[in-house]
Amino acid sequence: MTKDLLKKKKTKDIKIYCDITKCVGCRSCEIACAVEHSKSKDIFSAIKEKALPKKRVKAENINNKIISLHCQHCEDAPCIKACMSGALSKDEKTGATLQDKDKCVGCWMCVMSCPFGAIVQDVENHIAVKCDLCPDREDFACVAACPTGALFVGTKEEFEKKVKKK
Amino acid sequence: MSEKHIQRSYDPASQKMIKKAESDNVKIAWDRYDAMQPQCGFGELGLCCKVCNMGPCRIDPFGEGPQEGVCGATKDTIVARNLTRMIAAGSAAHSDHGRDIAHTLLLAARGQTHDYKLKDTEKLKKVALLYGIDINGKSIEKIGEELGEKCLSEFGQQEGELKMTKRAPAKRLALWRKLGIVPRGIDREVVEIMHRTTMGVDNDYKNIINHGMRTALADGWGGSMIATELSDILFGSPKPIRATVNLGVLKEDQVNIVVHGHEPTLSDVVQQAAKDPELVALAKKYGAKGINLAGMCCTANEILMRHGIPSAGNFLQQELAILTGAVELMMVDVQCVMPALSVAANCFHTKLVTTSPKCKFPGVEHVEFKEERALEIARNIIRMGVENFKNRAKERIEIPKEIRGLVAGFTTENTFHILGGKYRATFRPLNDAIISGRLRGAAGVVGCNNPNIRQDWAHVSMVKELIKHDVLVVQTGCSAIACAKEGLLTPESAFKLAGRGLQEICQAVGIPPVLHVGSCVDNSRILIILSQVIKEGGLGEDLSDIPVAAAAPEWMSEKAVAIGFYAVASGVYTIFGTPQPVLGSENVTNYIAAELENIVGGKFAFEADPIRAAQMMIKHIDKKREALKLPPLMYEREPVRMTNND
Repeated sequence: MTKDLLKKKKTKDIKIYCDITKCVGCRSCEIACAVEHSKSKDIFSAIKEKALPKKRVKAENINNKIISLHCQHCEDAPCIKACMSGALSKDEKTGATLQDKDKCVGCWMCVMSCPFGAIVQDVENHIAVKCDLCPDREDFACVAACPTGALFVGTKEEFEKKVKKK
Repeated sequence: MSEKHIQRSYDPASQKMIKKAESDNVKIAWDRYDAMQPQCGFGELGLCCKVCNMGPCRIDPFGEGPQEGVCGATKDTIVARNLTRMIAAGSAAHSDHGRDIAHTLLLAARGQTHDYKLKDTEKLKKVALLYGIDINGKSIEKIGEELGEKCLSEFGQQEGELKMTKRAPAKRLALWRKLGIVPRGIDREVVEIMHRTTMGVDNDYKNIINHGMRTALADGWGGSMIATELSDILFGSPKPIRATVNLGVLKEDQVNIVVHGHEPTLSDVVQQAAKDPELVALAKKYGAKGINLAGMCCTANEILMRHGIPSAGNFLQQELAILTGAVELMMVDVQCVMPALSVAANCFHTKLVTTSPKCKFPGVEHVEFKEERALEIARNIIRMGVENFKNRAKERIEIPKEIRGLVAGFTTENTFHILGGKYRATFRPLNDAIISGRLRGAAGVVGCNNPNIRQDWAHVSMVKELIKHDVLVVQTGCSAIACAKEGLLTPESAFKLAGRGLQEICQAVGIPPVLHVGSCVDNSRILIILSQVIKEGGLGEDLSDIPVAAAAPEWMSEKAVAIGFYAVASGVYTIFGTPQPVLGSENVTNYIAAELENIVGGKFAFEADPIRAAQMMIKHIDKKREALKLPPLMYEREPVRMTNND
């Protein structure tokens, strides 16, 4: 499973999808995301870190449908277009929308332009924070933490097939 | 260590059965634990509140999301409420067990059951006097009846103080009175937790936790102590006894019956019924050589302590016993009985029987236990087991060879006798040993198993480290069984591992360095032992003065939280392996792990590394020795080095 994910992680067109019929809004993805982006990567220590880690995913209620929402790594990403400092870019190989933290000036244009509201303001450090597809691990923290299997990794077709099956 | 079964358990018998589970494709606790990963962060931190229908509410531990519930409850309030509700549940479990024993005592005294007798009349009189019963000229039955009534009335008592609290040193009782935490009645305190922690009541975390301590005291010095003392009266006080432990106690050529759960009422008659010549003859008719009875969990400890019935293992071995394919019947009463047992039993010929109206399984045969017809019911259940012998699948049987000897059956009373000699029963030798520095102090290592830590490993490692540093260890419950499996409960094998001072004591009085004092309600024995140590003199005036510490390195049950809190409220430094679900609130964590020491003398610490935890206990014992101005240890091996800053 992990190996598959690793292969998938580096392939274009692979995304994390959320099956809204399965998401119960438990916010496990939020916790896992914050822990994964902490220094210690351990929940008991992470909540005591001086700079508290920031989550990049959010369980939201949209029109009475609960969904775990994060950066969709859009093909034609409005955030990249809006970024004036060149901090945001597209990885042509994997299709991921990447961020160079050092270049970010905290103008919040990406935050405003994101149609999913998936970019977060880190006010203390004055930089934007977004899903980086967990560079330190082989799989994805939010997907691994999802207790109902609502979060799914695969291509659009694979996800559609999975949802239609039910 | 790479292989799964070795990572999961320290015990070779368990390892074999974990492997068998894999090849038989039976899912066991460890598999379910793995499937449950990662576990909910809100739950781990205690930050989820679901006491009312405006919720569930969760506090974001990373500070971005909501910091208070819909009602405005902060993380401090939510964590404290959840924690005290665990104390309520744990105290309720122990105390309901105590209530059942008191009920049985009353039936026996009134002659309404003939299957139980008042066996320890000396203890009966002693406890009756404590309850203010005039015993002069009264028959044993009359005293028993009055004591049963008095004990039962303490459950519903509304005002005053529980009688057993009088056994605590005067200074301790005065402190509890000053703090207003002397328990008034057993049920009342539990009910009050539920009231205080419901929507819109107590939201001062310190006030909530203080009441939690009061409830825990109603368990330790109430429900649990009643359970222990009345069990001794009914079933006889334990005496040091040799027995065997681990899955190897199951026999391939006999009908194996396992009793699992907690209360001694059923298991005590079952051990009589298993000797019934008619049933033994029936077993032989079916080709078995006899009927082999074995215990599991604390029921095992009750009949082990009193009758030397072998123990098949501790908490995480309940499914493994069934996996041997050699268990004809497992009867369960209450507490720590995994719902998964019915699944495991369905994979084999094992018949699972529930006996308590409080604990039923869907689709599992229920034979309700009644004290009035105890022996008859016990016989019927054993017959079911014997008749199931023919359904064994011989090719699926695999019983691990592992079996160990142990000595159990130590109590406050007989530790007197052992230490002071039969005619001069006194705690003097124990106190003197600590005062002179031969013994560093004592530690209680108790508690459960938990798949979140390698089975038995934490218990065994901690106890070895403690005895090496001349700390006498007392044990109960699954922790005692863990160390018994390692051979630490025999004078012979544990002796070599003990420090020189502890060796000398053990040699002089003929005890092992690790004393098994019973089941988890028998943690109340430890409170009495400590009170006796104070009474004997020379080691301070209060329980918090004695150089002792406690630990539950592999805890999982709510009962452990209740025990932990009555230990702390009694002045004992107590270490839990994995943290209680409190880390979400810095204030609550700080209150129970630091501030409480200045209030009740005891406090909690959380440390998952058993060696480091043992060193913290030793450090605490040394601190208490210093406060008493005791001389340095007679044989200090090496200074205890902490692995990093404490």
